[in-house]
Amino acid sequence: MSPRTVFIEAAYLLASILFILGLRSLTLPDRARRGMQLAALGMLVAIVGTLVNHEIVRYEWIIAGLVLGSLVGYPLGVYVPMTAMPQRIAISHMFGAVAATLVGVAEFWHLGNGAEVSRSVMAALGFEVLFGALTITGSFMAFGKLQELLPSRPVTFKGQNLVSIGMFAAAAALFAWLVADPANPGAFYAMVVLGLVFGVSLVLPIGGADMPVVISLLNSYAGLASSATGFAIGNNVLIIAGALDGASGFILSIIMSRAMNRSFANVLFGAFGAAPEAAQKTAQGLTVHAITPEDAAIQLAYARLVIVVPGYGMAVAQAQHQVRELAALIEKNGGTVLYAIHPVAGRMPGHMNVLLAEADIPYEKLKEMDEINDEFKNADVALVIGANDVVNPAARTDKASPIYGMPILNVDEAKQVIVMKRSMNPGFAGIENELFYRENTAMLFGDAKASLAKLVHEIKQA
Amino acid sequence: MPGLELIEIYVFVLAGFVGFFTITRVPALLHTPLMSATNAISAISLVGSLVMAGADRGALPTVLGFIAVTSATINVVGGFIITDRMLKMFKRADRGGPRK
Repeated sequence: MSPRTVFIEAAYLLASILFILGLRSLTLPDRARRGMQLAALGMLVAIVGTLVNHEIVRYEWIIAGLVLGSLVGYPLGVYVPMTAMPQRIAISHMFGAVAATLVGVAEFWHLGNGAEVSRSVMAALGFEVLFGALTITGSFMAFGKLQELLPSRPVTFKGQNLVSIGMFAAAAALFAWLVADPANPGAFYAMVVLGLVFGVSLVLPIGGADMPVVISLLNSYAGLASSATGFAIGNNVLIIAGALDGASGFILSIIMSRAMNRSFANVLFGAFGAAPEAAQKTAQGLTVHAITPEDAAIQLAYARLVIVVPGYGMAVAQAQHQVRELAALIEKNGGTVLYAIHPVAGRMPGHMNVLLAEADIPYEKLKEMDEINDEFKNADVALVIGANDVVNPAARTDKASPIYGMPILNVDEAKQVIVMKRSMNPGFAGIENELFYRENTAMLFGDAKASLAKLVHEIKQA
Repeated sequence: MPGLELIEIYVFVLAGFVGFFTITRVPALLHTPLMSATNAISAISLVGSLVMAGADRGALPTVLGFIAVTSATINVVGGFIITDRMLKMFKRADRGGPRK
């Protein structure tokens, strides 16, 4: 090995170690920031190591790409609001997949359009462009849905699953053919196109509430595409970093799908879009109890334990700062405020935690479902802000419900439940929520941010 | 020799295990930063893109390499910044949070 190679490999090894240490640091919130700075340093080391590669003979395109990428990436890092985090993450999966896919295509083209590609390299390139291509379009669709450029309800047509499976089978067949005979540019490019179309058909039928699973899955695919790039060009740091990302996305999608009581096969095949419509429960003849902000304020002002249950509605209304204000008042009156975070509340894993942390709420008060579920029976008030399916008792009792079996937060055990909701429209799963009709539930209708502001105002008056 | 070689499959599987055992210990509290962190880290595909853009392999690989470098850099720069921005917000009660 030449000294140059030793230097490059040492840089990659160091980078790999720093990446692992960085992820390890995310176990503890207090150390996480420093750990991720180490990981960023690792990235810098890997880049510097690469730049001395003997194959690199000209730097103008490299510099142009680095500058342009930084110019786009910097605002995406600094200015994107926390409420837009799900779509921000979705689009970044797309960028990662674009890089992996283009490197794969360029590699194939460069090696005599497949003529000089060995079978083992072809296997790696195939995984690279397939995972890459479907992640590009899949993430873009997810971005479109989250940014509300596309309908966030499932978009379906008859025989959709058959078409999707057909495309997947065709892509897999082309892949097998290419591994047998790599010198087949037509098949290669057709496979890339099929991957792109498959990504669209995979995500289009998926509804907004299922987005946490999709984003996690795309996270995993983007990582696997990077890993496959590593195999194709014989680079271990890519294999390692991609495997870490792939594992992370995989674990998150398992956690998310469990939290929604969906089987793992269901996740892998992405066929979890449409909730069975027959199971809709009508609420004819039931009445809801509306509550005025004044009355709600009195209950909150004298509560000893209030558990806040945030959901996507809080994110949409950007009400996290008003939540903090209200909590500060309750705490000033001697009460305790805790936050119950369901794993799939919001549109991506951990979405609610980030929003509440942004509002300066100390993270010890953000409780996971298992940790807080026994506390609800001691709570004077459970304040549900824009959450719906994660508090729907039908998940426990109604076998016909599409969300039957999904673990939920036991808000109904609280002495009083106050639900903040825009209107009586059902949630994303499209099902009625019997919680809203219970004796101890009071509905506070209106925009969450405005309602919270009223509550704060009322408590201050008292 | 690149490709699906045995030693690299070893590396992949072992790294996957390390990832699995590391990430299962990350609390749900930090799942969003975790996702943006792994996303930034997997932008390591920049390494492959750099070689593609800088090696003399003809016009097409150079252009594709340039686009790939740009995309990956967006994730490196944006990803690490936004992860840091998020992690900065997670505070304990004694160092921030609602003032009494």
